[in-house]
Amino acid sequence: MTADTEAATPELEEHFQRTIDRDQRIEPRDWMPEGYRKTLIRQVAQHAHSEIIGMQPEGNWITRAPSLRRKAILLAKVQDEAGHGLYLYSAAETLGADRADLTRKLIEGRQKYSSIFNYPTLSFADVGVIGWLVDGAAICNQVPLCRSSYGPYARGMVRICKEESFHQRQGYELLMTMMRRGTEAQRRMVQDATDRWWWPSLMMFGPPDHDSPNTAQSMAWKVKRHTNDELRQRFVDMTVPQAEALGVTLPDPELAWNPERGHYDFGEIDWDEFKRVVSGDGPCNAQRVAQRRRAHDDGAWVRGAATAYAAKHSDTSHDHRGSQGL
Amino acid sequence: MIMLREGMDEMCAQGEWPLYEVFVRSKRGLNHVHVGSLHAADGEMALRRARDLFTRRNEGVSIWVVKSADITASSPDEKDPFFAPSADKVYRHPTFYDIPDNVPHM
Repeated sequence: MTADTEAATPELEEHFQRTIDRDQRIEPRDWMPEGYRKTLIRQVAQHAHSEIIGMQPEGNWITRAPSLRRKAILLAKVQDEAGHGLYLYSAAETLGADRADLTRKLIEGRQKYSSIFNYPTLSFADVGVIGWLVDGAAICNQVPLCRSSYGPYARGMVRICKEESFHQRQGYELLMTMMRRGTEAQRRMVQDATDRWWWPSLMMFGPPDHDSPNTAQSMAWKVKRHTNDELRQRFVDMTVPQAEALGVTLPDPELAWNPERGHYDFGEIDWDEFKRVVSGDGPCNAQRVAQRRRAHDDGAWVRGAATAYAAKHSDTSHDHRGSQGL
Repeated sequence: MIMLREGMDEMCAQGEWPLYEVFVRSKRGLNHVHVGSLHAADGEMALRRARDLFTRRNEGVSIWVVKSADITASSPDEKDPFFAPSADKVYRHPTFYDIPDNVPHM
């Protein structure tokens, strides 16, 4: 940093914050504080990694979907997750991050993804519950991010939220079908999947507010629009009536309507489990990262072949143009 | 809107695919609009990937792709003197001129 730019920083910083306070967007080549850039790269990369790793738990069921209809839906959904990951890597790149470097950090375990994807999908009902609860929680988290102060991220989130709605509805419809037209065993599968995914879904909103030290700065920068606990409460309030309509019991004896607060009260989350899974000790952490690394390594020859083809092709077209010029 | 990236040539030399910016015409009669970017080995591959990535639900009838490195962009900062000449010519706007209310169709 030269003396000149250093001297200009307070003015630039003030202009930057004023832009955000006026609810205008920050665009890629605007001046931004290093902390803002770093926070966003981390946030967007972590989000991108989550979409990419998020293909695995459900992708696991594509070959075993119970009907062609369900298989086509699941394929489209998993393809969407890949697309979401790519929109987000593209947004991260506008901040100066390098995509190959982000992939490297993921497969070397140096960057995180949402802890929810470290749980296994044990039955086909899990596909439905992931759509209903996990994508439902993701929508709660993501809708406010359509107003993120960083333009490319906000625009990516608009696309993603439009597509997530299909994800949630296909999951809920799948569960409805199992509950209303299924056998007793199938209804038990739905309840079992709900029991296993409920608490991890609540953990998706991150640690409680008193244990989330970066929240204040992120809110001032408008890269976060609501606190973790606010969003978690909103999700619980939305989900309880959906569970009733479905006919499943959410596995929390303390879950009860509180007329004074105008919200549902719910039990204490096992934050020790959350920390364990985030720090790498969940049921599937090693498997998820190993699978991603394998896919990357197995695809190396395809990337190499396409690069070689493009190089050869560009030489040829260059010659062709040259001869035309003559 | 475009991040001009140093080290782009170096990256290509290492066998990484270049970055392309994608523009989609959502329907006839509208302009192409920038929708995002992607990596591809060449233009043709960039087009196919753009179709798969940005038009899975009938979002487009036409796609342009262009290498990000080939875009020359102005600074996006509105305080930039680059745009200053457009700020001080109020007479370019129709509201600059007073016309009596009883003059029709103007």
